[in-house]
Amino acid sequence: MANQDGDAPPIAARVKALEQVLVEKGLVDPATLDLLIDTYETKVGPRNGARVVARAWTDPDYRRRLLDDATSAIAELGYTGRQGEHMLVVENTPAVHNMVVCTLCSCYPWPVLGLPPVWYKSAPYRSRAVLDPRGVLREFGLELPEEVEVRVWDSTAELRYLVLPERPAGTDGLSEEELAALVTRDAMIGVARVGPPGARP
Amino acid sequence: MNGGHDLGGMHGLGPVEAEPGEPPFHEEWERRAFALTLAMGFHGAWNIDASRHARENRHPVDYLSSSYYELWLKGLERLLAERGIVDPAEIGHGHAAGPRPEGMRPAHDPETAAAILARGGDARRDGAAPPRFRPGDRVLVRERAVPGHTRAPRYCRGRVGTVDRDHGGFVLPDTNAHGLGEAPQHCYSVRFAARTLWGEAASPHDAVYVDLWDGYLEPAP
Repeated sequence: MANQDGDAPPIAARVKALEQVLVEKGLVDPATLDLLIDTYETKVGPRNGARVVARAWTDPDYRRRLLDDATSAIAELGYTGRQGEHMLVVENTPAVHNMVVCTLCSCYPWPVLGLPPVWYKSAPYRSRAVLDPRGVLREFGLELPEEVEVRVWDSTAELRYLVLPERPAGTDGLSEEELAALVTRDAMIGVARVGPPGARP
Repeated sequence: MNGGHDLGGMHGLGPVEAEPGEPPFHEEWERRAFALTLAMGFHGAWNIDASRHARENRHPVDYLSSSYYELWLKGLERLLAERGIVDPAEIGHGHAAGPRPEGMRPAHDPETAAAILARGGDARRDGAAPPRFRPGDRVLVRERAVPGHTRAPRYCRGRVGTVDRDHGGFVLPDTNAHGLGEAPQHCYSVRFAARTLWGEAASPHDAVYVDLWDGYLEPAP
């Protein structure tokens, strides 16, 4: 290679070459790579976070534990590990709307939300979530009343944030499972609200 | 560092474009780059702060024009080269020119890897100096142009906020990224009124919370 990062072969070939070198050196096991991919592609994702939210909506004691010590409360449901070691849950109310960003990189609570979407990691979101949160929310279709306080949480350390959205009206008769099905990833990042049953998020 | 990664408050980067039904990965090479980064991280030849620094420490044009997993790949290649684990020429040839470096353990099998993921990496530490601030204290973020890794975003430096809570003692990224030790300090959530950061155009109701280490702060005048 001519220099450290330039004049590189097409990226797919470069990744393949790197994997080959690391396998030949005995430093990575291809089966382990498959497991890592499968974990975040099929097992860990926002359905985990939705279960946490639905539990908090239906169990006031759990909600209190979640707000007091999110890491432990989330671990009760079996969601632990990498990028979820130090969790904080911030609760939306009629007066306060929370949203989460990582302006410096892409910090995101993996055990409850999986890997972040491209827009969350993108320069537009990272630059504007702190500067113009209401404008960003508008791009997601959420117009907040002026008097609502918007709190933006910049994940600059090892704390990972999950938004506890407001439970929508008209859901009194729903089971925890039915409630979980309403909860979207975007609502747990704080760029959307949870809609009532039957509404498209 | 005042790098291209420190994006909070920048203009001109365009609208946020969400992709409905987005998959976790878009290309096979993204899957492999992601997994290679995690798997090599398990060896402990570097820590998470060093790996963040390896991604951010580059020309801002390179940073901003690279896709996300491209940055992961570039960061991984740099960490491997700097530590003498993989020479860039080996990647060029597509074959290892030498054996596994002495002192490095063999590849982790899937079970061991799963256990490492499940355990995660606790960044909280005992032994931090006593906290200098308490919730409710008004603090000023020190003006520091740090050439190495730091987690104090530019947009809050020199601004006054209020300590919202004390998270406890945490590994300090500024030293840890550079092999200078964990040097744990208390880390706080500091609340800044949006108008303190952005002026009159911001809503008087809104606030930004930033997690900041003890040494980044001084008492507000």
